[in-house]
Amino acid sequence: MAEITRDEVAHLASLARIDLDDAELDHLAPQLSVVLDSVASITGVAGDDVPPTSHPLPLTNVFRDDVVAPGLSAEQALAMAPESEQQRFLVPRILGDEQ
Amino acid sequence: MSDSVTVRRAAADLAADLASGATTSVALTQAHLERMDSVEGAVHAFLHVDAEGALAQAAASDERRAAGRPASALDGVPVAVKDVLATQGLPTTCGSKILEGWIPPYDATVVARLKAGGLPILGKTNMDEFAMGSSTEHSAYGPTHNPWDLDRIPGGSGGGSAAAVAAFEAPLALGTDTGGSIRQPGAVTGTVGMKPTYGGVSRYGLVAMANSLDQVGPVTRTVRDAALLHQLIAGHDPRDSTSIDQPAPDLLAAVELGAAGDLAGLRVGVIRELGGEGYQAGVLSRFTEALELLTQAGAEVVEVSCPSFVHALAAYYLVMPCEASSNLAKFDAMRYGLRVRPDGVDDPSAEEVMRASRDAGFGDEVKRRIILGTYALSSGYYDAYYGQAQKVRTLIQRDFAAAFETADVLVSPTAPTTAFKLGEKLDDPLAMYLNDLATIPANLAGVPGLSLPSGLADEDGLPAGFQVLAPALADDRCYRVGAALEAALERQWGGALLDRAPTLDLEGTR
Repeated sequence: MAEITRDEVAHLASLARIDLDDAELDHLAPQLSVVLDSVASITGVAGDDVPPTSHPLPLTNVFRDDVVAPGLSAEQALAMAPESEQQRFLVPRILGDEQ
Repeated sequence: MSDSVTVRRAAADLAADLASGATTSVALTQAHLERMDSVEGAVHAFLHVDAEGALAQAAASDERRAAGRPASALDGVPVAVKDVLATQGLPTTCGSKILEGWIPPYDATVVARLKAGGLPILGKTNMDEFAMGSSTEHSAYGPTHNPWDLDRIPGGSGGGSAAAVAAFEAPLALGTDTGGSIRQPGAVTGTVGMKPTYGGVSRYGLVAMANSLDQVGPVTRTVRDAALLHQLIAGHDPRDSTSIDQPAPDLLAAVELGAAGDLAGLRVGVIRELGGEGYQAGVLSRFTEALELLTQAGAEVVEVSCPSFVHALAAYYLVMPCEASSNLAKFDAMRYGLRVRPDGVDDPSAEEVMRASRDAGFGDEVKRRIILGTYALSSGYYDAYYGQAQKVRTLIQRDFAAAFETADVLVSPTAPTTAFKLGEKLDDPLAMYLNDLATIPANLAGVPGLSLPSGLADEDGLPAGFQVLAPALADDRCYRVGAALEAALERQWGGALLDRAPTLDLEGTR
């Protein structure tokens, strides 16, 4: 039942913003089918009466005092940037000419 | 004392040597750096060695000791740090090409605590990329080799930290454990590893794989050393909102209690579902013998059943990829990390650069998990997969709660097998995932777990591990039972298990 096709893997990779070439798709898609098939055993294990657990400890509303603490300088924050200009991150264009 | 003797000593003994003035931190640090020079070529436990920084920290430690003001009990004892923890001024790659050369502008809280305690940081240890794996073979910088047999895996994801202490390159190391990444490497390298209670140690500055499962902990050669390091890094951190705001139990007292050897009145529960089929015969034999030793020490051994544990692996391989796929979305080539321009595209867009960078920067296992997580979180599948996995998590917590009604600690083999050959399971993700069968339930429930060596399996002469699980916040019980078993086993062996490992520095020895 838990088949995942090559096209689906291509679509999911696109959603996850990873360029996969044909060779990678050929390699990864069958492996993902096997993994998915094995985890599919979980469907139907727990009934509607079982509440979900998202976190091992039941912590809620962790507050702290609103005090100013030192942060990173602009130089520190930009030190590892692929590119920067005028104390800002320099990124590739977001929109094309036609957009 | 010669350097080859020094590096084999436990951290607790080295701390005593420093306190008595028998040695200096500079001498200890130098001895470990020299040991690295002779074995790193074969073991490859480290991704980055900071000799200069470690020696400077050691000299500062010696000044504190000389002035009678040590910063902690471990002041001056060198330590290695898994490369998934941010270290200011030292490269932090997480074993990934996407972070090659990245130098964090801040320290993880646990690293800050090591520095505040005066421990010289020797370097950063190898790991599966973003802690995804059970063999370190998914490191983008090449695998680590098991010091017991260089053709075999050292476990993962923290194989570098485990191999570093097993090969006597460091007396102490930090690891992280999301599904067994501290405990399983401990089992297959004959070392000790502890995953603390979830929230017991700060995760601030740990590059997250799965936030609801990740936990930092000690990697050492003895149970007492683990308690010493654990005690140093534990405790509330306001920078981690999942950190527990109450004092950690006294772990060293638990070690002393356990090492005294009396377990009278302690109820030890053997988890029926974590044994039998799929477990190597030699691993099971050592496990059964260890149980006998616990009985001789006065413990009452009972069998408990945790029926939902059979679904733990499936629940884990849904919860973890879902969290990982969102966590790794931050590697987008914009503000830090690798930026790759796609071939043959003039003036590529930010999105095209992002796609090309993530393809070039991530390895196969990371891609598999991101895609699996993206799938399981997709509308239409969410309830069937992620929703179900979260419910199974509840069932597993209930199993633990019921089992801890009849037992004070629960035990199992740490890993189903001894170390397998490098390359054997690299392209078979499912076979690789099975290594964490016995360690995953603790992460799903947030309870603490310790692994210590139980002996060598008859089939292959390689180390097997014994796992002790306790209720949340009762980490001290793991240490008590671990110390008792370690003492009993070492009496039987006439020394530490690692005394039987190949020395590595002499050509052709085994």
